Amino acid sequence: MKVGYFPGCSLHATAREFDESLRAVAAVLDIDLEEVQDWACCGASSAHATSHVLSVALPTRTLALAEKQNLDRVLAPCAACYNRLATARYALNHDKKTAAQVQSILGGGFNNSVGVVSIAQLLSEATTEIRQKAKVPLSGWKVACYYGCLLVRPPEVCGFDDAEVPSSLESIVSATGATPVKWDMSLECCGGGFSLSRTASVVRLGRLILQSARNAGAQVIVVACPMCHSNLDFRQKAMLERGGFGDAMPILFLSQLVGLSIGLDPIRLGLHRHFVSTQPLLDRIGAAKSQPEHREQA
Amino acid sequence: MSRIGVFICHCGENIDRTVDCSRVAQTLGELPGVAHSVDYKYMCSDPGQALIKQAIQEKHLDGVVVGACSPHMHEKTFRKAAAGAGLNPFLCEMANLREHCSWIHEDRERATRKAVDLGRFIVEKIKFNRPLSTIFIPVERRALVIGGGIAGIQAALDIADGGREVILVEKEPSIGGHMSQLSETFPTLDCSQCILTPRMVEVAQNPRIKLLAYSEVESVEGYIGNFQVKIRRKARYVDETKCNGCGECQTNCPNKKIPGEFDQGLGMRTAIYVPFPQAVPNIPVIDRANCALFRGRAKGVKKVVCNKCAEVCGRKAVDFDQQDTFVTENVGAIVVATGYQLYSIGKKQDSEMLRGYGEYGYGAIPDVIDGLQFERLASASGPTGGKILRPSDHKEPRTIVFLQCIGSRDPAKGIEYCSKICCMYVAKHTMLFHHKVHDGKAIVFYMDIRAGGKGYDEFVRRAIEESHALYLRGRVSRMYRNGDTIRVHGVDTLSGEPVVIDADMVVLATAMRAQPGIAALAQKLSVSYDQHGFLNEAHPKLRPVETNTAGVFVAGACQAPRDIPDSVAMASATASKVLGLFSKELLEREPLIARVDRLTCTGCFHCERVCPYGAVERLPLKDGKGRLIKIVAEVNQGVCQGCGTCQATCPSKSAELEGFTDEQIYAAVNAL
Amino acid sequence: MSADSSATQTGRPAVPFASLLSQVRNATGLDPARCYQCGKCSAGCPMAAEMDVKTHEIIRLLQLDLRDRLLAAESIWMCLTCETCTTRCPNGFDPAVVIDALREITLRERPDRVPRNIGAFHSAFLRQIRTHGRVFEFGLVASYKLRSGALLADVGAMPAMLARGKLALVPRRIEGIREVRRIFDECAKREEPR
Repeated sequence: MKVGYFPGCSLHATAREFDESLRAVAAVLDIDLEEVQDWACCGASSAHATSHVLSVALPTRTLALAEKQNLDRVLAPCAACYNRLATARYALNHDKKTAAQVQSILGGGFNNSVGVVSIAQLLSEATTEIRQKAKVPLSGWKVACYYGCLLVRPPEVCGFDDAEVPSSLESIVSATGATPVKWDMSLECCGGGFSLSRTASVVRLGRLILQSARNAGAQVIVVACPMCHSNLDFRQKAMLERGGFGDAMPILFLSQLVGLSIGLDPIRLGLHRHFVSTQPLLDRIGAAKSQPEHREQA
Repeated sequence: MSRIGVFICHCGENIDRTVDCSRVAQTLGELPGVAHSVDYKYMCSDPGQALIKQAIQEKHLDGVVVGACSPHMHEKTFRKAAAGAGLNPFLCEMANLREHCSWIHEDRERATRKAVDLGRFIVEKIKFNRPLSTIFIPVERRALVIGGGIAGIQAALDIADGGREVILVEKEPSIGGHMSQLSETFPTLDCSQCILTPRMVEVAQNPRIKLLAYSEVESVEGYIGNFQVKIRRKARYVDETKCNGCGECQTNCPNKKIPGEFDQGLGMRTAIYVPFPQAVPNIPVIDRANCALFRGRAKGVKKVVCNKCAEVCGRKAVDFDQQDTFVTENVGAIVVATGYQLYSIGKKQDSEMLRGYGEYGYGAIPDVIDGLQFERLASASGPTGGKILRPSDHKEPRTIVFLQCIGSRDPAKGIEYCSKICCMYVAKHTMLFHHKVHDGKAIVFYMDIRAGGKGYDEFVRRAIEESHALYLRGRVSRMYRNGDTIRVHGVDTLSGEPVVIDADMVVLATAMRAQPGIAALAQKLSVSYDQHGFLNEAHPKLRPVETNTAGVFVAGACQAPRDIPDSVAMASATASKVLGLFSKELLEREPLIARVDRLTCTGCFHCERVCPYGAVERLPLKDGKGRLIKIVAEVNQGVCQGCGTCQATCPSKSAELEGFTDEQIYAAVNAL
Repeated sequence: MSADSSATQTGRPAVPFASLLSQVRNATGLDPARCYQCGKCSAGCPMAAEMDVKTHEIIRLLQLDLRDRLLAAESIWMCLTCETCTTRCPNGFDPAVVIDALREITLRERPDRVPRNIGAFHSAFLRQIRTHGRVFEFGLVASYKLRSGALLADVGAMPAMLARGKLALVPRRIEGIREVRRIFDECAKREEPR
């Protein structure tokens, strides 16, 4: 299966491990990721917070490039990029005024024919394969699936999964053999782009998320967004410093979890790049690896 | 040659200010066929009418044209005047010189010329008018009431008290409706069943009321005064004539763990059951889906899996082989009182237009219940004996959060209307909770308080001031289970503060909706309904209990959300309409309906196909020896509404609309 | 109720153009009259605890066309565009989009009201895109720190970031950078009429 690939700015640096693990997993699952040539930043919060037209024009440029490359859909692993691309696509279909402006800025000729998918959508199409290829038993891993605020909302723009009680990440996690926990902060915002400009807010919001995951019995939180990852991983030390909830909780990208279950090397998956050490998790599989066992089909 | 009288009215200044009435009268007076033409200040007044009567008699007029206001205003007046002078009323017509002329134009010269044209139009038409007489339809003076809730019960009792027979059809095993499920009613806090059950018993004992419970309307034929209704009597598997309501069957039924509908799933019942102890009729019904014997049969098991109820029945009333039966009743009027159902917040909805509340858990969070379920908890005869207990662990809640407007006033969920009763019953719930759990805390999230009835606002104030319910103005964004409690994230917009509450129980005031299956019933009755399924009244202001189908009336929550007193009032109103209809043996109808010329009709029945009311019947014409000559179209005088579609369609020009024949219309048009 | 009761009080010249309400209506295509002030947006807003003017109050001020109070509110810069209010509003209204429009208007008309940190961040971010086509964190952070004056915060994390390979030190410019810059310029031209 071929799908367009829009890594977005953070996957090349601060969230390198997301890119690394995703490419590795895609290779195993026979997903051909074709990068959109010469893509530019989606504009993220800074564009839509300051100029509506710019916030639609920038992602539309990327979609237009993808259309030229004959891609029928583009995967944007970063939930924020995904939401901006999907919003641009939606605006072009529903907001005549903005559509006209953007089309004239870009010189027209774009048919808005390219679909936009998130990593939740893409991998939930591959759960059967994941289940088949999963050879490292992750059973016993209690995983909190963190959607963040932009992966499935608003429902008209994303058009995938349920905007209040989603289950796509849980089905992917179950396919790996791990156990998704029922918890109540899966859609609550982590503080998004305020990591630098309002760090205190990020620490406050992150604490609520970590607390809830811990109360639900989770040992790891799985995310699908570099900002969420950074907020919960890079900033976790500040959250823990306030005290009140025990040990650090590793934060994994979805692709890393899937990668581990299908037996890929942790280094290749970038698990050494995290601020909150993932070693405790790896030790558990390390132990299981020495006694290989057949995984029961779910 | 015609002898037509023309009477032009000044209508005070209304017409005369813009139209030169005396000139109009003069000009029309010169038309051939016009024998008399005058103008006068107020034609509708007594002297004005006297002018018409006098002229008819003195000048032997054979037609009268009154140029004045709209026929909607005074056509009846002038026709009555004409009839009083001995002229057939349908030889009297009006030209609208007011709404169609003086009120909409300013140029006097042109308006006057137009008024002359309008007058001439009618004068030429009336030359082809035929004298017509009122049509009389016999009326079957029995009524059908569909729905045995409080509205249906009230309508049935009122019609019966008026001396007429009523058939009351109710689809559930017992009458009583939702009112029988309530604990206490606002604003008096009367025990609901205590005030309802005497009425229910009255229905059962009234000799003029034929109660058909556990039955549904299968089909409806006919028209006002003459409906034939086929009713399906569903099989209870218990012989009504033998059962004496002793209850042994229920006591001995081995399957006791079926969530009961009457208790809204909070209590259990048996497979053979009566929905509640005060049920009328007090005859049980077998729930096939949960009865071991029927399930065995469905699987093809040969032996009788269980027949405990039949064994213990002293009257041998259980009959597993009973079938649905059908009865046909002839009635002259139908009252629809099918009531309501509550909206559910679940993910799966029975209508594409509706969405559930994912943010409140789609109904999966334990101890989040709706208003009817709270009523069952509060009811002394309910599953908890009147104690407010959490369904999850049967512990008494100390903090209950009530949410108003769930579904209602929420266009994003598909319901933009207000359900009217929730503000009142939530206040009531807080008071009941306070009475039963003295140190309990009731918190209400509301957007507005709608308490417009008598004593209603005072009632809500009592909830706040005496029962100390905390009213927070704002909607709740989200709730989720947090250990033993439900965490509710709301806001109080009056202070601007977000509010987070850990509640032991949450009660949702969910929207009132029309019953499921209402669309199918409405179609059987040819009654229209809106996009929410509420039945349409004939006129929202002035005809609230009639529908556009003559002879079909509507009462209660099936037309729009409403409370008990309004439903009862509406039911009594329909009864008065029905009794009015039944006050004469014969129904009078205006003769301005269609008529088919049997000689020229070719029997193509295009008219039958296009008639929106199904008023065309097929009439075989036979010769003296009984041989068939042809089958022609015949208009049913009771059903035809005079729309004229058949006239426009008929290829042989055999179908004519009295008062608006082709001749009349062409004559008028050619006059311009 | 039209915009400028404030103009006479502060002595600043009256804003000569459309009311803020019609400006926002025009820019977003949304009508604040649809909001019936139920507060569900504020009830679910993650930043509500920190906001001076809550989400529903922002819409209320807009309905009352109180321009000065609104453009002075710090809250409009705290919106995370988390889409919670958008998803849950019973009237299908979109407070987040309205807040974006208010931000855009504030930047143009009252740049003095933009909180320093947040303004610095957005400028730095957009500058990166204009320069390279993509955002390079190192450059972003450096630029942000200079603009915001938060020179020392997070400096200790730099070696850790570097060690984990999370900091690209050398930015790469995309090929189509001229097109990107042109997009920026064209968008600036098309901003809502004053």
